[in-house]
Amino acid sequence: MSEHAKAGEQSSPITLVEAVTQALAYELKHDPDVVVFGQDIGANGGVFRATDGLQSSFGTDRVLDTPLAENMIAGIAVGMATQGMKPVAEFQFMGFIYPGLDHILSHAARMRNRTRGRLSCPIVYRAPYGGGIHAPEHHSESTEAMFAHIPGLRVVVPSSPARAYGLLLAAIRDPDPVLFLEPKRIYRAARQPVPDNGEALPLDSAFVLREGRDLTLVAWGASIKETLAAAERLATQGIEAEVIDPATLKPLDIHSIIDSLEKTRRCVVIHEAARFGGLGAEIAAQIQEYAFDLLDAPVQRVTGYDTVMPYYQLETAYLPGVERILAGARVALDYARQSGREGRK
Amino acid sequence: MHKPRLQLQASFDIAYLQYLDQQGRATQPLPDFATPDWLTYCLRQMQLARLVDDRAVKLQRTGRLGTYPSTLGQEAIGVATGNALMAEDIYCPYYRETGALLERGVEIEEILAIWGGDERGQNFEHARKDLPICVPIATQMLHAAGVAFALRHRHQQRGEPLQVAVASSGEGATSKGDFYEAMNLAGVWKLPMVFVVNNNQWAISVPRTAQTATQTIAQKAIAAGMPALQVDGNDIVAVAWAVRDAMMRARCGDGPALIEALSYRLCDHTTADDASRYRSAEELEQAWQWEPIRRLETYLRNQNLWSDANQQDMERELAQTMEAALNNWESRAPEPSTAIFDHLYAQLPEGLYEQYDQLRDEQAGVERQ
Ligand SMILES: Cc1ncc(C[n+]2csc(CCOP(=O)(O)OP(=O)(O)O)c2C)c(N)n1
Repeated sequence: MSEHAKAGEQSSPITLVEAVTQALAYELKHDPDVVVFGQDIGANGGVFRATDGLQSSFGTDRVLDTPLAENMIAGIAVGMATQGMKPVAEFQFMGFIYPGLDHILSHAARMRNRTRGRLSCPIVYRAPYGGGIHAPEHHSESTEAMFAHIPGLRVVVPSSPARAYGLLLAAIRDPDPVLFLEPKRIYRAARQPVPDNGEALPLDSAFVLREGRDLTLVAWGASIKETLAAAERLATQGIEAEVIDPATLKPLDIHSIIDSLEKTRRCVVIHEAARFGGLGAEIAAQIQEYAFDLLDAPVQRVTGYDTVMPYYQLETAYLPGVERILAGARVALDYARQSGREGRK
Repeated sequence: MHKPRLQLQASFDIAYLQYLDQQGRATQPLPDFATPDWLTYCLRQMQLARLVDDRAVKLQRTGRLGTYPSTLGQEAIGVATGNALMAEDIYCPYYRETGALLERGVEIEEILAIWGGDERGQNFEHARKDLPICVPIATQMLHAAGVAFALRHRHQQRGEPLQVAVASSGEGATSKGDFYEAMNLAGVWKLPMVFVVNNNQWAISVPRTAQTATQTIAQKAIAAGMPALQVDGNDIVAVAWAVRDAMMRARCGDGPALIEALSYRLCDHTTADDASRYRSAEELEQAWQWEPIRRLETYLRNQNLWSDANQQDMERELAQTMEAALNNWESRAPEPSTAIFDHLYAQLPEGLYEQYDQLRDEQAGVERQ
């Protein structure tokens, strides 16, 4: 998408969370079928202020505080969507989404299929996710893999203000249900001009955030920050890492990753979520299915541990940081095949 | 000093409504809508539902249909409820719904397709906006609340007449959070919505008394700020009156209501169940005295509105309808197996092309053999 502001229209730099608000406001303004609802999202503007000012701009009929019940929030979105509305439902934290899982999995993701296209669920379920903000228990987990496993659902994670804006617009306009996970650790980490031009970004296309020929680093959400920092460090050692953000975790754009491997032949996948059955496993599996011969090293996974997400005193120890990514990169770079086939370097 | 004490007693009344008693006698003058034509129409629809259920159970027994939930003994609830909706209202049914689905214009073929393992049955040809029948208990009530919100939104935005969402369930479903959450929301948002609970006394093997300590299901609505009425669910006039009244209220913008229709599940829970494991033959025999079709037929006969000849004609006509539907259902070509991909997303994601091709080729191979 073009990130150039229209002539004469200067957009001042905004944060990721402000880009979310901007996208919601744009769609509320341009599509009368859009409604936004959740807990404390009205006058309060949401606990992270993602819906700040929306209720006063668009009224209590379009921007609604709901009673406190996540299962209900997930369920009414299904009913609304079947009648042609475009509900955008907020869960206050990903840790509280689980009461609503039944409706997401058993209904939203299946409605089109089980009615053979008669009814559909163009819903966006939004939730702040991930660790690193010193939050209380249940406020820091990353369970995107659980949702990516669900056929019929899309899972999208932005990692910059511009991608938050463009991907959220795309998610709202998409005719199918989307889980839109907002990495809250970087809600306010950086600012970037994001023209409010209503231009959506494509879903299902990965973003190459940095080009390189020696190693492919795949990451999304808040981990992009450490991954880019690790790439920077590698550059000082003369190693050029390519950084790919799939952004749409389901359906996954594996082609962009494999295109990158054509150059680099080595790959590290980074995610905050626990390793076992995480998306790193899916990406590694697809790489070996489609591009086994390209590989000069086994795909490395740099992830959270297979433990319960700790309280915040230990969360930095849990989260994959720059050093852990560099260690993974080192294994991938130093690996020489036993099979006799020499690595290229 | 006055000490507040825990109290069990709240003060409320649950009204009970009946027009036709067990013997088919009118206990009070029938409402205006209950004309001879309407009553004989209802008799036909209940008999049709019973016939469809009967044939479906037999098809299951001979291995031609999957698990099937009959509505035996509860036909009045489905027929009266389905009949009370206008075309643009939205029905959000649970799975035990033969009579209501037929009223909504769902084809017998479609009902058979659903239970015969074919999603095309949920692609209702006529009730295009109704929700598909819902298996995860009580979830449809939240969908109905969302539907009701959408109907009101449309009414407010486009000035269309206010339509109503109706959710049905069994009494077991009223133990679930979805039920309470839907009622709570409907109450506080004053949604145009009606809850119809088929209290057939059993949730598979769990009796009503083991399901809840409340005296009635209806009173659960009171806590959500919603009016409720208990009706004789085997009296089609009473169910129809109650549902119509609740819908009229909702249509006028006065908010939601709940109808508890008392009935009895004369059949097994489904064809996969054997109710003799958990309830007595005496109880079942007793409950047969109460069933809805004979009561209406008796009333009509006593009013000289129904005769043996009428009954024979109707049976012949219903049998023909059923045969035609069975033939249509059985002669429908199966879906290609790749249909499992066709409606997964609006557009099949590229990453799934390979699986799609694999299945298509695998099937082509099977068909060649
Ligand atoms: C969430 C959920 N739990 C369990 C089941 C299995 N199940 C199917 S029907 C049923 C009993 C429901 O009883 P009730 O709500 O009274 O309705 P009825 O079948 O008697 O009409 C159960 C437990 C289910 N379908 N969904």
